[in-house]
Amino acid sequence: MTENSDSCKYVIRQISVFSENKPGRLSAIAKGLEEADVNIYAFSIAESKGFGVVRLIVDKSTAALKKLADIGFMVSYTDVIGIKMEDRPGGLYETASILGDAGINIEYAYAYSGRNGAVLIIRVDDVTSAVKKLLAAGKELIKAEECL
Amino acid sequence: MFWNKEMETLKGDALESLQLKRLKWTIRQAENIPFYKKMLNESGVDADGIRKISDIQKLPFTRKTDLRTGYPFGFFAVPKKQVVRIHTTSGTTGKPTVVGYTRKDLDNWSELIARNMTMTGLTDEDTFQNAVNYGLFTGGLGFHYGAEKIGMTVVPSGTGNTKRQIEMINDFGVTALHATPSYAMHLAEVAESMGTDLPTLKTGLFGAEPWSDNMRKALEERLGVRAFDSYGMSEMYGPGAAFECEERNGLHFWHDSYIVEIIDPKTGEVLEPGNKGELVVTPIVKEAMPLLRYRTGDITMILEDECPCGRGAKIARLTGRSDDMLVIRGINVFPSQIEDVLKSIPEVGDQFMVYVDRVNHLDEMKIEVEIKKEFFSGELRDLERIQRKIQEQLKAILQVRTEIALVEPESLPRFEGKAKRVVDKRGDKF
Repeated sequence: MTENSDSCKYVIRQISVFSENKPGRLSAIAKGLEEADVNIYAFSIAESKGFGVVRLIVDKSTAALKKLADIGFMVSYTDVIGIKMEDRPGGLYETASILGDAGINIEYAYAYSGRNGAVLIIRVDDVTSAVKKLLAAGKELIKAEECL
Repeated sequence: MFWNKEMETLKGDALESLQLKRLKWTIRQAENIPFYKKMLNESGVDADGIRKISDIQKLPFTRKTDLRTGYPFGFFAVPKKQVVRIHTTSGTTGKPTVVGYTRKDLDNWSELIARNMTMTGLTDEDTFQNAVNYGLFTGGLGFHYGAEKIGMTVVPSGTGNTKRQIEMINDFGVTALHATPSYAMHLAEVAESMGTDLPTLKTGLFGAEPWSDNMRKALEERLGVRAFDSYGMSEMYGPGAAFECEERNGLHFWHDSYIVEIIDPKTGEVLEPGNKGELVVTPIVKEAMPLLRYRTGDITMILEDECPCGRGAKIARLTGRSDDMLVIRGINVFPSQIEDVLKSIPEVGDQFMVYVDRVNHLDEMKIEVEIKKEFFSGELRDLERIQRKIQEQLKAILQVRTEIALVEPESLPRFEGKAKRVVDKRGDKF
């Protein structure tokens, strides 16, 4: 029970946006979010043949999703985990090895350096056990509501 | 040079009476097909009601969409036991058009190919490389058997592996090549990059897709050949129903085997020679799959001038289509086929656009589709999976590789009235 509520608490809603690979698309997304008074903490772009998915971590995910959908984007939530990292050599290794040893596959990841230190955002195949393993190994995870 | 001078130069009353006899035979043969039996009953025409060639106008037209209703063997006029070969060609929807041949049909067809190749000056002294697709496409086996009938040395190279093709031309002393014009251009370019001017090659037979006079000039210069245009379609056996002679000023139809009409595609009215319209063909020697007044969709005209070579009436080189059929790398593609495939894939939205262009002498087709919002999981790999699925299903039906572009929802044009979903940017580009 605790495990489940824990994993809930630590699952962040990333906003995934489908975008064609052409000039002006990122700017359209950013403009929409500005208009909705949404702050972006982190983002990355994954690109494929002619299109991509823009991934965003924001302060107000519900408002952000609604705004982007309203201006015509195809959007959805994706569950990710945010891990606080030591901003020093070996910081990433510590985190990655916990998941690797547990046999949990990282599908993609990106990092940002926030006001309160470096954060690694990861998308894994098994969110619940990833959260459990990371907490057990003493890692500090970003809580869904705070996300800072 | 003639392969069968008597038939190739048959004219006037002698030709008319042969055509009449064969047309009556064809109508009787067609009565074995339920579709035609019904059609003939309804129109009140039978073989006995045909007294002169122009009586053919009493018969209704057959359209490509009619053939769909008979898939697969509904248009065979003989028991399947007598059908010795099957080819297929693009249908207007997901199912291909199936054509069948009796042993006699294959003989007739290779006779016509032998006439065509002899007409261009080829003999049993020549070595012939058949660089088109073998298999269900009629161009491969059709030319193959015609060339063997003449006694030429045949290299059944098929398509692809262009460097090897060029080595074979040089190593085997190939004198004649059959290819789509666009593949021939590609071959010329690769030959140039390999530093060979293909010294043995002298004759190029090109067909399966429309090509301009500028392209003829370029092919002749770069390959060092005399280029001849070939016309046909699977429904009339395959390529070789009409072909250019040494004059290379129009294509001779084989009038002992086909009755040719030109109609106004809108009204169906038969047009006089010299007027452009849709080509309507009634094959009159086909056993397995007779067709009556088949609308080809190809735009051409019957040329009025007599040809110095002594053969019968010619048609002009093809200039376009009365429908929206596309020819992509020699393969016929109907936008309705594309629509059919896309509609069968739940993730794909209702709108699509097709862009055709020519890149490095080869046709490229790009199709833009929208993904329905409810299928967007947020994962890139799911989108890639959908993209691949669309590409594979189109390939299976069209036999042509396409590039699939996933575009944002509601970004494709919405049409009121008649949709213009195809943009062909090839023009005169080669």
